[in-house]
Amino acid sequence: MRPLTEEETRALFEKLAKYIGENIQLLVDRPDGSYCFRLHKDRVYYVSERILKVATSIPGDKLVALGTCFGKFTKTQKFRLHVTALDYLAPYAKYKVWVKPGAEQSFLYGNHVLKSGLGRITENTAQYQGVVVYSMADVPLGFGVAAKSTQDCRKVDPMAIVVFHQADVGEYVRHEETLT
Amino acid sequence: MGRKLDVLRKEKRGPGRKARKQKGAEVELAKFLPPGKCLCFRIIFCAHTHTHSPHAVTPVRSCSRGTCALHVMVCTQYSHLSNAQGRVTLLFLDSLTASLPAEPPDLHLVHQRIKENVEVLQDFRVKREAGRARQEYLALLRQDLAVYYSYSDFLLKKLMELFPLPELVNFLESNEVPRPMTLRTNTLKTRRRDLAQALINRGVNLDPLGKWSKTGLVVYDSSVPIGATPEYLAGHYMLQGASSLLPVMALAPQENERILDMCCAPGGKTSYIAQLMKNTGVILANDSSAERLRSVVGNLHRLGVTNAVLSHCDGRQFPKVLGGFDRVLLDAPCSGTGVISKDPAVKTNKDERDILRCAHLQKELILSAIDSVNAASETGGYIVYCTCSIMVEENEWVVDYALKKRNVRLVPTGLDFGKEGFTRFKDRRFHPSLKSTQRFYPHTHNMDGFFIAKLKKFSNAIPKMQKDEESTVETASSASAPEVAAEPQLKRKKLERLKVTMGQKKQQQPPSKGGSVQRHKRPSPRRLGTRPPARKQHRVHRNRQ
Repeated sequence: MRPLTEEETRALFEKLAKYIGENIQLLVDRPDGSYCFRLHKDRVYYVSERILKVATSIPGDKLVALGTCFGKFTKTQKFRLHVTALDYLAPYAKYKVWVKPGAEQSFLYGNHVLKSGLGRITENTAQYQGVVVYSMADVPLGFGVAAKSTQDCRKVDPMAIVVFHQADVGEYVRHEETLT
Repeated sequence: MGRKLDVLRKEKRGPGRKARKQKGAEVELAKFLPPGKCLCFRIIFCAHTHTHSPHAVTPVRSCSRGTCALHVMVCTQYSHLSNAQGRVTLLFLDSLTASLPAEPPDLHLVHQRIKENVEVLQDFRVKREAGRARQEYLALLRQDLAVYYSYSDFLLKKLMELFPLPELVNFLESNEVPRPMTLRTNTLKTRRRDLAQALINRGVNLDPLGKWSKTGLVVYDSSVPIGATPEYLAGHYMLQGASSLLPVMALAPQENERILDMCCAPGGKTSYIAQLMKNTGVILANDSSAERLRSVVGNLHRLGVTNAVLSHCDGRQFPKVLGGFDRVLLDAPCSGTGVISKDPAVKTNKDERDILRCAHLQKELILSAIDSVNAASETGGYIVYCTCSIMVEENEWVVDYALKKRNVRLVPTGLDFGKEGFTRFKDRRFHPSLKSTQRFYPHTHNMDGFFIAKLKKFSNAIPKMQKDEESTVETASSASAPEVAAEPQLKRKKLERLKVTMGQKKQQQPPSKGGSVQRHKRPSPRRLGTRPPARKQHRVHRNRQ
């Protein structure tokens, strides 16, 4: 376990900024104690200092996880967000997409969101903007990338993809073993 | 083309490699059969244990095919054995002719007989058949129960010691039906009312669990898979047995505490702890298996638990890794005799050694759990020990052991239902405060069999005297008084001691009293009874020296 290097921090923050913009600030400066990012076995964890203190006394090879896992660094040093970060992305997300109840299940099985399943979308979402996907009952389901801007969405046919799937909570069941 | 694949070569081959491997099947099977189910096994085994001749093996295999005429042959074959052994085989022959259960027994008949025999045994003096002893009735009943519910003889014997007869039947009966599916609301993300509404909208039929739980829901039936609804995936609830809510409620974690969950997989109790602490403080969730921790990682992230650290140390190393916790939850690995409805394999695959092995591990774990608690903690200093087993060896005995070894006392668990733990069981006498431990049974509480004990640590010091105390007890139980003696004398004494204990073992019918773990228990009265002749013998020998 170690703190992130400069490049790693940049890669992480760039990725996070796609979803929550300048709200990253809120993740780092929190009123309820200081939080930090730590790298352990290529995974990035977001933990409070207090929990970190406990974790440091556990031998590295015996430590499995701590706090919240945000994602991992690939072998090519790119950062990939995991669905476990959703708890922190959802409240700060700038651009959101709501899917209809019928399309919920399809998204949870790892499919893209089609125009026919699109319930609502934040105004002025740009193309390829990171978005958090919600159900109509405002339950966060995952995140992805807008395939079309809000304007374009109105025009396309019902079977066109509007949000590319990146991660969804169905992965808790489908890929339980790869989460950490 | 290979020899085996060639169709044209019709030569007969002997049994293949696989068949050779499986040769032991009959031998294996015999372990699981109740004594009366196929008598041919018993005859052969009785003969077999006495002779070890190669002949003894062959009839076993032919017998298992059900040709009963062979039994007689076998018996006559070994009639040249000594008088006592001959009598044994005769006895079996007798019972063989009395009831020839070579065909699968009629279950209706067996069930009827169980009912009647239980009735008779409850009012034995009036209802019994004249000239029949209680032991005969009990043996028959056990045999019938073993056939009807397919338990191993060992486990049934244990259960019969544990429950009075009508309760035993209820217990066995309730092990055949699954417990109701329950779930726990994750109050970190939602409220029970909202969750219930959302699930009802999906076509789930549910109800609140009971007065004692504010977060539990019980599911009667559902039109959707309850473990894959969007609410489940979003972490609004956790599928969890009702009984596994109880230890956490007994633990009563407070906010901003440091808590250790020693055997945490699959994370149900851990997430409940986090929920009660409202994600403050620190939880160290440990499990010895990294494999099982995967599900914990998934569950904790899904439920939005952020205050947990996961490790896969061996629980026994614990105060060394990290200590000074406010509370420790030890959900010890156990034989699982309380959850037979979940895992029916337990019915047959446990024996005395498994139970004692579990008990030994549990004793080690409970000591390290107690050691990792800080007694001076302002809010805590508590240990909750729980198992999903109902065996006394794994529960009261372990807690009693901990009471002797460490500065802890039992406190009430704070749960208002459940049965009191045993303070005395057969020839064992436990500390009277074990009354405040609690047991839960499938037939009385409709949840998995469970045991919960809450301990309060009142001093961090480890009592010193244990070493010499242990040694005195040990010497007392091994029936020799080691005074200061010369080297060779000691050796001879050891030999004699061995002989004596072996003789004792033969006399005592259940050899369960042996076992290294039990050595520092008080000697049982029965053992005391058998000792005097042994001691005499010993003395004579010493005089001769």
